[in-house]
Amino acid sequence: MALAFEPITGRYATLTLDGRPCRLFIEEAGPADGIPLLCLHTAGSDSRQYRHLMCDPDITKDFRVIAFDLPWHGKSNPPVGFHEEEYQLTTRTYTEAILAVADAMDLTRPALIGCSMGGRIVLQLAAYHADRFGALIGVECADHQTSWYDTTWLNRPDVHGGEICAAMVSGLVAPQSPQEFKWETLWGYMQSGPGVFKGDLYFYREDSDFRDRTPMIDTSRCPLYLLTGEYDYSCTPEDTERTAASIPGAKAVIMKEQGHFPMSENPEMFRQYILPVLDEIRANR
Amino acid sequence: MSGDEVAARLARLPELVNGRESLVRRGRFLSGEFMVEADEVAVHVKVHEGRVVEVAKGPFRMRAWRFAIRAEAQAWTRFWEPMPEPGYHDVIAMTRLGVARLEGDLQPLMANLRYVKEVLESPRIGG
Repeated sequence: MALAFEPITGRYATLTLDGRPCRLFIEEAGPADGIPLLCLHTAGSDSRQYRHLMCDPDITKDFRVIAFDLPWHGKSNPPVGFHEEEYQLTTRTYTEAILAVADAMDLTRPALIGCSMGGRIVLQLAAYHADRFGALIGVECADHQTSWYDTTWLNRPDVHGGEICAAMVSGLVAPQSPQEFKWETLWGYMQSGPGVFKGDLYFYREDSDFRDRTPMIDTSRCPLYLLTGEYDYSCTPEDTERTAASIPGAKAVIMKEQGHFPMSENPEMFRQYILPVLDEIRANR
Repeated sequence: MSGDEVAARLARLPELVNGRESLVRRGRFLSGEFMVEADEVAVHVKVHEGRVVEVAKGPFRMRAWRFAIRAEAQAWTRFWEPMPEPGYHDVIAMTRLGVARLEGDLQPLMANLRYVKEVLESPRIGG
């Protein structure tokens, strides 16, 4: 009997990022000529968060869903010499990685969905690179976040990194989400390399106050959708509504009974919110 | 729920925690004491190798503890609802919301955060 493979295929490629070769893992599903939908994972996790979108025929009949692991994440390597470095993601390096992947894959005005820090960078892309994208979807997206806990706890020898990263974010999963998917989401955090979540939070907490950028966003050049779960206390519904109010034309929806990881913590419920957005993107393409 | 009622709920921790083998195992490297407060009512919890061995209600004149989790009694009430509302569904969420505070030596708390969170959630699970 033939093995029932999922429709996702993954490959590796080396791109030059921040002046150095980086071996990246990129996976995708859907037709080669489908509308490209580039997916950005959350801080301290990887592209597996998008497996449900990639295995959803209602999405892949029209969309070529592509997700990649940032350097240091998932199956992408850290750069050579990482063992002597402290990892820190910045707005510059994050933006460069996204555009480099889109260019290397010859994606023409892809739609893009990013969650959490991936939602935050959506605003940077909307402000400075709107013409590069067909539509932008910021999940758990807001213009800034004030620091509210000491991230050094995430990477120190007397606290297990995998355990603390998962325990810190476990409450960001809505209590209604299925246990199976809650724990699969947390497993991604448990597997993250030492200091990677903390290094991502440098971007998220310190290097991405985009309140000066939201007035630059012109949604007539690139539509912007914001989706935030009501149980998200990292990017709260109020944060997203404030952000949307500062961007004319931005469409914001607060998702009931969802947390910070809707595509992976409650994929069935997320369909109710993401399918209408994708329908609109397809209709306007 | 008053502070006294929160303390009564916490008094059940030994029965709620010690019978759960997986939870005790998760806390097997934690031995020590922490304080839980609801308004002005202090509850001292003593853990030995993941088992809750003593829960005592204050006020105390001399009582050592490593870390403290302090919240309003109304916050604990909402925290223990079967399906808590956003912001009251998690101790870290309550901290972010500003209705709870984590104080003292946070190292043993952070090193055992999942365990401590599940201990504090156990009155919800146990009804």
